[in-house]
Amino acid sequence: MHLDPILLLVQGLNGVQLGVMLFLMASGLTLIFGVMNLLNLAHGSMYMMGAYLAASLQQRTGSFLLALVLALPATFLIGMIIEAVAMRRLYDRDHLDQVLVTFGFILCFNELVCILWGPQALFMALPDGLSGYVILLPGVIYPSYRLMIIGSGLLVAVLLYLLVMKTRLGMLIRAGASHREMVGSLGVNIKLLYTLLFGIGSALAGLAGMLAGPILSIESGMGDPVLILALVVIVIGGLGSIRGALLASIMVGVADTFGRILLPPALASMVIYLLMAAILFWRPKGLFSANG
Amino acid sequence: MDNFRHFDLRSAALFLLLAVLAVIPLFGDIFYTRLMTRIMIYAMAALSLDLILGYGGMVSLGHAAFLGVGAYTVGILSLWGVQSAFLSWPLAMLVSMLMALVIGAISLRVSGVSFIMITLAFAQMLYYCFISLKGYGGSDGMTLPVRSSLAGLLDISRHGSFYYLVLCILLLIFFAAHRLVHSRFGMVVQGIRDNERRMLALGFPAFRYKLVCFVLAAGVAGLAGALMANQNLYVGPALMHWKQSAEILVMVILGGMRSLAGPVLGAMALLIAEEALSSYTEHWMIILGPLLVIVVLFGRKGIYGMLKRSR
Amino acid sequence: MLTGALLEVQGLEKSFGAIMACARLSLSIMPGEMHAIIGPNGAGKSTLVALIAGELRPDAGVIRFSGKEITALSVHKRSRLGLARSFQITSIFQGFTVLDNVALAIQARSGHSFRFWQNARQIAALREPAFSMLEQVGLTGRAQAVAAELSYGEQRQLEIAMALAVKPKLLLLDEPMAGMGAEESEQLTALLLSLKGKQTLVLVEHDMDAVFSLADRISVLVYGRMIAVGTPDVIRSLPEVRKAYLGDEEMEGACSRID
Repeated sequence: MHLDPILLLVQGLNGVQLGVMLFLMASGLTLIFGVMNLLNLAHGSMYMMGAYLAASLQQRTGSFLLALVLALPATFLIGMIIEAVAMRRLYDRDHLDQVLVTFGFILCFNELVCILWGPQALFMALPDGLSGYVILLPGVIYPSYRLMIIGSGLLVAVLLYLLVMKTRLGMLIRAGASHREMVGSLGVNIKLLYTLLFGIGSALAGLAGMLAGPILSIESGMGDPVLILALVVIVIGGLGSIRGALLASIMVGVADTFGRILLPPALASMVIYLLMAAILFWRPKGLFSANG
Repeated sequence: MDNFRHFDLRSAALFLLLAVLAVIPLFGDIFYTRLMTRIMIYAMAALSLDLILGYGGMVSLGHAAFLGVGAYTVGILSLWGVQSAFLSWPLAMLVSMLMALVIGAISLRVSGVSFIMITLAFAQMLYYCFISLKGYGGSDGMTLPVRSSLAGLLDISRHGSFYYLVLCILLLIFFAAHRLVHSRFGMVVQGIRDNERRMLALGFPAFRYKLVCFVLAAGVAGLAGALMANQNLYVGPALMHWKQSAEILVMVILGGMRSLAGPVLGAMALLIAEEALSSYTEHWMIILGPLLVIVVLFGRKGIYGMLKRSR
Repeated sequence: MLTGALLEVQGLEKSFGAIMACARLSLSIMPGEMHAIIGPNGAGKSTLVALIAGELRPDAGVIRFSGKEITALSVHKRSRLGLARSFQITSIFQGFTVLDNVALAIQARSGHSFRFWQNARQIAALREPAFSMLEQVGLTGRAQAVAAELSYGEQRQLEIAMALAVKPKLLLLDEPMAGMGAEESEQLTALLLSLKGKQTLVLVEHDMDAVFSLADRISVLVYGRMIAVGTPDVIRSLPEVRKAYLGDEEMEGACSRID
């Protein structure tokens, strides 16, 4: 089989795009796990809520951008509310309890969107300015929307880096992960910090959902497969490591995309799990340790 | 001596349950016979999960994969013309156990959250794998023409007969599991759950014991899967979806972890509740979700555990 | 290199980042001896115990047990060779009864446990030795109590019982007297004294009374280095040892009591 270089480039970009979306999900997940030691399966539901809210808002306002601008803080708020109501009781519980409770939330949310928006899949239109193609090289075109996703994701990665490494909040994040009591005794309101972090993580997931809206179908349960992928990513990247999440997301995104074009369907879906198994065999703790 | 004092609410409840189970096909509608058969099969699956979860301390979110593998083994063999239960059911168990050997050998190298997520990931892998097997129904799954044959000993195409067979198998598995958890092997596995570091210091190769426990539990799940295939005359990838695993996990916790009887009660409670709720509203999940959250946050001993307290 | 040594540690090195926990450490334990390892806090004693037990791998150096090199051997394999340990922070089976705890230790040495049918709690070959072990440490009254309900001192006794139950060639005790009252420490010291000559013992301890009454030889560990090895008399008279413990009243007290 001829491996057309143009095909490679386009698929490579698709892989990076998938990777970047996974990073938005995984970074929130690993952040919440790294600092609060909370395994949050409801993360996928935030992805779903982000998509649903953005789609609804776009229908009402007619503007993609406005929809994003409104849906993002909304998801942030929803995240904080869930944290205050239920999640904060889970920090001292074992992971089994966390799995069960967050699973209960998945069931709730999946049913909730059916009740609020009906069982039909929602439609979200590509924003006018980005519905076309960009010419990367002579003869090579790529959808501008997907390019925007890649750009946004990388921007978020940079912003997260700056947040964690250069700000006071980031310092608290890094300290909070390893020295909870100490941070508490510094006079920092740990409870508020955790609530904020959970909100940020949820907003990141919601952002992924909003960006995915126009290119994937918006329906109940859409967050579940993405959640699994995000979990694979953070296991590969190393629990608690944002750097690891970035590297692993790109790896998984590219591996999955190329797996699908090179291998028969049965094997293609197994690629990322085999990748995970291989990496864990070599490095049981994942690629990076926490606080990266 | 202590055992005698416990011959109370818990044992009484179990004996009552057994009595009721014994007579259901005689009095009830076919609908109830079929419902209870389905419940008993899930009870078996939940019991097998309790072995690794309650006794072994291994939180697996991928246990339904073994259920599915067992079911598909029977389904695929049926497609190839092999109908004998004496062949396909043991084979279903064997295939599940082999799968567990591979998955366990890799997954048990890590612990805690990583273990949870890897078992989840492997189950999903199998799920997607079976979805893409167009030859065996793909995402639609495949139907079985007829239930397994028991060489004329029993005609399980009759719902009543199948019910009693499943009941007997459930009781046998329960008894065997009970012996297992109190045996030397059971002590070691429980010790590992309690304090793995100590077990290693005593000289037990913990990994090996966990793996064997994992494989045995998968075998029982595989059998449950084989029975499931017979019950529905259908196998589909949804059987190994992680949400199925989570549902079985809920049954174990709801009924009471680490008790063997608890998972059975939990399966009954959950599935009967689902049946009852779904006749009221199609959105019954919105009730189950918060219910689950509340049960876990506030009442961890499960139904069986609560029976113990009210002495 | 001493031939005939039961446990030999040579040139052991272990660092954690910039901290050198063990620096070219060497140690020899002869069969039948009771050897104490003392040193101020932060000296690297816990690291040494972890290295000998197998929970940590050294950066360099060799560990030999009964002449066999065990440096790369896993924890459970070392245990099977006859190297038993107790933990500084009590590590028992909280959910099991006291008798179950010791029976599990006995079970560890009764062949493999891939036996799935017989009720382990009814096997006399496991229960009886377990009970006599409890008699030896004085816990028979609590045999049926759940381990989690025991007092701190009783739990420490259980720790020791479990370590002895596997009939080890070498018993490594990591601060067994930690947190014990005077009376309990005396009881434990008496128990260990009764094993003199019969059980090779490596005792990592702060309790100087116990150390000086039990030890045949003492090694002194300071900042990851062995600064002295010798009989109790020799050790307590060395100026370097006193200097290392400067301000440590217990050591001063122990030395002055015997002077």
